[in-house]
This record gives sequence, C-alpha cells and structure tokens, in this order.
Amino acid sequence: MTQYVLRRLVTSVIVVLGVSVITFMLLHGMSGSPGRAILGVQASAEAVAAFDREHGYDRSLIAQYLAYLGQLLQGDLGHSYKLNQSVNALLADNAGRTAMLAGVSLVLAVCVAVPLGVFQAVKRNSVGDNVLTTLTFVAYSMPVFLLAMLLIQVFALGLGILPAQASQSSSTFVIFTEPRAMLLPVLTLTGITVALYSRYQRSAALDQLAQDYIRVARAKGLSMRMVLTRHLLRNACLPLVTLIGMTIPLLLAGNLVVESVFNYPGLGLLFFNSLNNQDYPVLLGYTLVASVLTVLGNLLADLVVAVSDPRTQRA
Amino acid sequence: MTDTAPPQQVTSGWRLAVRSFAQNRLAVAGVGIIVLLILFCFAGPLLYVTEQVAVDPVNSLLPPGGDYPLGTDAQGFDVLGRIMRGGQASLQIGLFAALIATAIGTLYGTIAGLIGGVVDGIMMRLVDTLLSIPFLFIVLIAATQFSSTVLSLSLILGAFSWLGPARLVRAEVLSLRSRGFVAAATVMGATKPRIIVRHLIPNALGVVIVNITFQVADAIIAVSLLGFLGFGLNYPDVEWGTQLSDGVSHLFEGAWWLIYPVGGCLVLVVMAFNFVGDALRDSIDVRLRRR
Repeated sequence: MTQYVLRRLVTSVIVVLGVSVITFMLLHGMSGSPGRAILGVQASAEAVAAFDREHGYDRSLIAQYLAYLGQLLQGDLGHSYKLNQSVNALLADNAGRTAMLAGVSLVLAVCVAVPLGVFQAVKRNSVGDNVLTTLTFVAYSMPVFLLAMLLIQVFALGLGILPAQASQSSSTFVIFTEPRAMLLPVLTLTGITVALYSRYQRSAALDQLAQDYIRVARAKGLSMRMVLTRHLLRNACLPLVTLIGMTIPLLLAGNLVVESVFNYPGLGLLFFNSLNNQDYPVLLGYTLVASVLTVLGNLLADLVVAVSDPRTQRA
Repeated sequence: MTDTAPPQQVTSGWRLAVRSFAQNRLAVAGVGIIVLLILFCFAGPLLYVTEQVAVDPVNSLLPPGGDYPLGTDAQGFDVLGRIMRGGQASLQIGLFAALIATAIGTLYGTIAGLIGGVVDGIMMRLVDTLLSIPFLFIVLIAATQFSSTVLSLSLILGAFSWLGPARLVRAEVLSLRSRGFVAAATVMGATKPRIIVRHLIPNALGVVIVNITFQVADAIIAVSLLGFLGFGLNYPDVEWGTQLSDGVSHLFEGAWWLIYPVGGCLVLVVMAFNFVGDALRDSIDVRLRRR
C-alpha cells in the first residue's frame, strides 16, 4: 500500500514537472521576448536586446527554464504585461467565484446522477429508463453552449422568469446572495455533468446488482430499499470517485464555456478574454494551475479508491 | 445480440460482428443519419443552389417561408444553404481530426507496446503529462497562433487528441502479445513480422475502429466550441459553431431559426456517431456480444 502511494506520488511529480516544461516552451515560443512586450512595438531592436540581456532573457533555454521553475516553486506564476498585473493576483481575484460555480454544480450533479443511475439500473429497460437514457444521451451529444442557449431561450426569452446574464457582482458568494441570477449557469453546468456521470453510474450500479452480496442481502430478508441504500449505493459510488477525478479537465472546460456565455466574471471569462488579448502568461498560468488540479484530482481519486476498496490494496 | 452461429458452421469473426451490428436498430439508424447528413451537406448544394458569398442586406433576418425555407441570417444568407456549407466544414474537420489522431495514436501505442521496458515507460509518462493539460485550454491556446482553415483546425484538434487512442492501442497490444494464440503461432514457427501483420494488427483493429467513431463525435463538438468562442473559419467560410455564435446575437430579437436547425443538425450527427460507436464496440468485442 505504502509502495503504491509512493509510486503514485512520484509519477504525479514527474507529470507536473513535464507540464511545466510544456508551458515554459509554449510561453517562450508564443509570446515572444518580454523586452518587446514591456518596451512596446516602437522600441528599437537594440533596446529590446539590452532589456532581455539585463533581465536574463538571453540565456540558454535550460537556464531560463530553471529560473522559471524556481519562480513556480515559490508560487509565482509570472506577470501579465497586457494587464500589468501579476498572474497570481489575477487568478486569485477570480478563483473564488469559479470554485463556487463549479463546486455547487458538481455537488448538485452528483446528487442527481447517483440516484438517477441507480434508479435506471434497478428499473432497467423500463419506459422510465429508456426516456432517461435518451435524455442524457441527447445532453451528452450537445456542446455546452448549445444547452446554455436553449435554457436562455426558454427561461429568459420565452418565459421571461430568469435573467440571461449571470450576476456581475464581485462577491464570491454570489450564488447564495443572488440565486436567481445564477440559476441558469448552474443549471447548464449541472446538466452536462449529469449527462456525463449518469451513464457511468447506471452501468456501475448494473455491475453491482449482479454481484453475490446483493443476493445474500436479499436472501437475509432485507428489503430492496435497504439493500440499495445500505449495500449497493456505497459500492456503486466508487467508480464515480475515479470518474470525478478523471473528468476535471472536462469540468474546467465546461466552466470556461459557461462563464463566457453568461458573462460570469471568473477564471473562465478571464481565460476567454486573455485569448482575445493573446495574453500568454495568464493563459499558460491558468493552464498550469488547471493541469496541477487535474493531476491532484487523479491522485486523490486513486488514493480514495485504494483506501476504500481492499481488493486494490493487494495489487 | 444473443445469437451465436451454430458450432458446425464456420463464420469469420468480422462477419459475426457485421451481423450483430446490423441487428442493432439504433446503430443502423445512426449510419442512416450520418449518410443522410453527408448527402445533405455535400450533394444538397448541387440541387439547392444559394448565394453564400455576397451579402444581401436587404433580405437580412427574414423568418422562414417564401423563397427561404429556413429564413435568412443577419448577412442575408439563406439559412438552409448556410447549414449545408457549414456542415461540410464541420464534418470534414471532424473526420480529418479523428483520422489524424487515430493514425498518430495507433502508431505511438503500437511502438510503446511492442518495445516495452524503459522506452514504453517514458513514452507513456509523456502521454500522462499531455493528458493532464485540459484539452480545450491547450487547443484554444494553439488556435490563437494560426489563421483558421479546415486544415489548420483539423491539425490542431488531431494533434491533441491522439492520447486516448495511444493508450487504448498500447493496452491492446500488451494484452494481445501475451495471449495463447500468439504463443501458439510462435511455436508453429511464425516470424515476428507475420505475427504483427496476421495476428496483432487484425485483433487490435477493432479497438481502433470503435475509437475513430467516438473521435469524430468529439472532434465535431470540439470544433463547434472553437467556432463558438471565435476561433472558427473566417468569412465567407463557415462551420456550425461559428454559425451558432452568429445566431446568439440575434436570439434576443426572436430569430430562433438561426439556432434550432443548426443546433439540431449538430446534436443529431454527434448522437449518430456515438450510437454507431457504442454498437461497434458491442459487436466487435466478442466478450460484450453475449450480454
């Protein structure tokens, strides 16, 4: 077990280092020289070269990468020359609102997808199961923005009961202070996540239903409800832990699109605006953070599964 | 899918797979939808000729009816013709990107699986690293560097989506290598190239084919996201994502015909590819066929 944890830790560190090499190379290859970015297009080539020499941007790539890595280890993600602000400050300003939107949607999605999947598995091939399977399949085949547009069309333009734009407040807790303005973004993000998870949850529950321990529990005289809540639910949730860990990139991508559609000031909108400004330090800074989150998510999911499933501990 | 051939009759694995596929109604419907949409987008403009280059401001944002069965957009383009033109690009990019990703992934996975050892370890850590960078992020960053064409978008999407196929093919090659029939062939004196060509490739092909279908579906969604976020094809070219993004600005004027028909086509084609992929997986993987 300890060996497994150690091995997973080491590969995670290697992967994060690999990501930092990639973001460094992209930053270096795409954004051009920092001297040019700071001094502007009218500065002479000599002035730019002098600036780069003075700040160490003319050293070998390896030396520059080590300097970059040193900065990262101190928690410094770089500087946005376009906005003249540190990337850390920009990300920190927006992280809370994004975490709130993504977190609330994820919790809601799990709360819907788990019972939905178990229900579908128990009532498999019934009318209800088929209708739900079709619905989730349609949502699964739909780009996020299309779902957002449909919801806007129905709830904001058709019925006129909800605003089409997210709240512009800078408060982190805007979901709780202005729930009406946040309903559509949360609904969109929850919708696509449920579509993603309930398919897996259904098949995970189906696998579990065929196991002997379910039959034993029924034979002991437990009611179906007890079997489902006491025995099946726990075991059928284990694949979901792995799935949540694995789908962090998809959740972040969904968040990016939803924030752009609803104009919600978070990390996704910051990324979208930085794309249009070609502000690579911000883009790659957020990408690096997102990748580290992904690695951590996978690591955590693996560890949770290893701890809670004794069968994996022997392997 | 419960049928199995009578034991005395020898039927090839591929024929069994085709039979099982043909019995899946959803899969047949999926193939039908894909064929119809390809005909609609590529042959449609030959029968239904519309002006798609010169703008026509006088006839902008007309609702469906009369000369325009699906109305016109803000530039005065006929929406039905526009969907055909946009569909050509979306389908092309989806297919190209999937083929590029599958080609790279298959090659990479086969090499890693066959060589094994340290090389395999290093190659797979590279895949782990690239996989932990969110796909949409890296693709959008790459898109800022190129002007968008069918080719450039296909290359960008293909260049970052070969990781899944690489893992699949490697796992398949690893498991096939240690199977009994490969050992049997070796004992019978088969050479290494013969084993690769006659045994490994045909058996790994199933996984690859299944994966292509899902890749197409994913690439069509991905390119619509790029288009929607402003990195789609430039005027006069168009693909479905850009078309939808243009439609959003007129959603508030009630121009529903700019959204629903294109959106419907997009969802339909992605669903069709997913249906076909699911059915192919069930019919090619013998272990799943009996369920």
